Amino acid sequence: MFKYFSPHKIFSITSKAPKYVLLLFIVILTIGLTEALILSPEDYKQSHSVRIMYVHVPAAWISLGVFSLITFLSTVGYIFKVRNFFLIAKSLAPSGFVFNIVALVTGSIWGKPTWGTWWVWDARITSMLILALFYLIYLVAWRLYDNNEKIFKITSVISILGIINVPIIKYSVDWWNTLHQPASINILSESSIHISMLYPLLIMTAAFALFSLLIFLMKYNTELIKIKNKGLDRL
Amino acid sequence: MYGRKVKLRFFFVFLIFIILSLSVFLIIKSLEDNVIYFKSPSDLKTAAEIEKKKIRIGGMVKIESILIKEKEVKFIVTDYKNEINVIYSGVIPNLFAEGKGVVAEGFLKDENLFLATKILAKHDENYMPPEVKKALEGK
Repeated sequence: MFKYFSPHKIFSITSKAPKYVLLLFIVILTIGLTEALILSPEDYKQSHSVRIMYVHVPAAWISLGVFSLITFLSTVGYIFKVRNFFLIAKSLAPSGFVFNIVALVTGSIWGKPTWGTWWVWDARITSMLILALFYLIYLVAWRLYDNNEKIFKITSVISILGIINVPIIKYSVDWWNTLHQPASINILSESSIHISMLYPLLIMTAAFALFSLLIFLMKYNTELIKIKNKGLDRL
Repeated sequence: MYGRKVKLRFFFVFLIFIILSLSVFLIIKSLEDNVIYFKSPSDLKTAAEIEKKKIRIGGMVKIESILIKEKEVKFIVTDYKNEINVIYSGVIPNLFAEGKGVVAEGFLKDENLFLATKILAKHDENYMPPEVKKALEGK
């Protein structure tokens, strides 16, 4: 069922895609930043420091989403022996890791003026740090081993172990007392964030997702070129 | 439809996932006291004895309870069921205000008095422009 993945066919698409994605990313990011930094109102309580949210929240979302995707691809790839899925997962990891770090750093910068501290060991923040460590160990595992079979097994196990942390991150603010505030946006109920602040947040999320896609395509192309150079015609 | 190996690998991954989830669940369950960042005034009331070590308490700053006297600030932390008096001197975070969330770190003096060495403001998940807040309050 996964036989139609031939590197040549994929490469003919993915090698052209980055420039269009880059263009779209710049357009969306410009709109997002204008909305977030200039057009959106200040918060009634936090005033202008609320604008950090427009970077912090999308970055956290993308890093969680990317990790979930990596786990999905690794497990399906492992069960059905689809080499291509591992390459996609591998190429996704760097952007997820970067956004994870961005979420931690911007959270720290946001925490100082609002909470009065750079860092606390509460459940949400600590579990997010653990996710960053999982990203790191995942990336290191890819560099550490040469044997493909071994890499596939090890990275699958790392991603499965890491995915257990993802619901913990999501629900940490509901399960335990944390300094971090609960989620403002829920699928089932009305969000507690005003509509004028919700739009820039969603546009910034789209922009970050495009950035992730861009980095992914560049990484993935490199992987495909490596395979081409080895003279293999199937993944 | 799928080969035996595929089924076995699926089962293998599934088992790993279940084992790891359960282990993580057990570990977190046993560490619950440390995972919780702060205790509420009600938690303190139901506790058998007064803890000597440094703890954190959290809740809402009671309306009209903040008293600033020279270098000291006194206020009441409430979870709308129980409350506790807090005395603190030091830097106050910007978002510290009556009716808003607060986390205080320090020592319990007695059942009703907490000596804080550090306070952090805890804000909620509501974000809105000031005009909307005013309109909501006007209702």
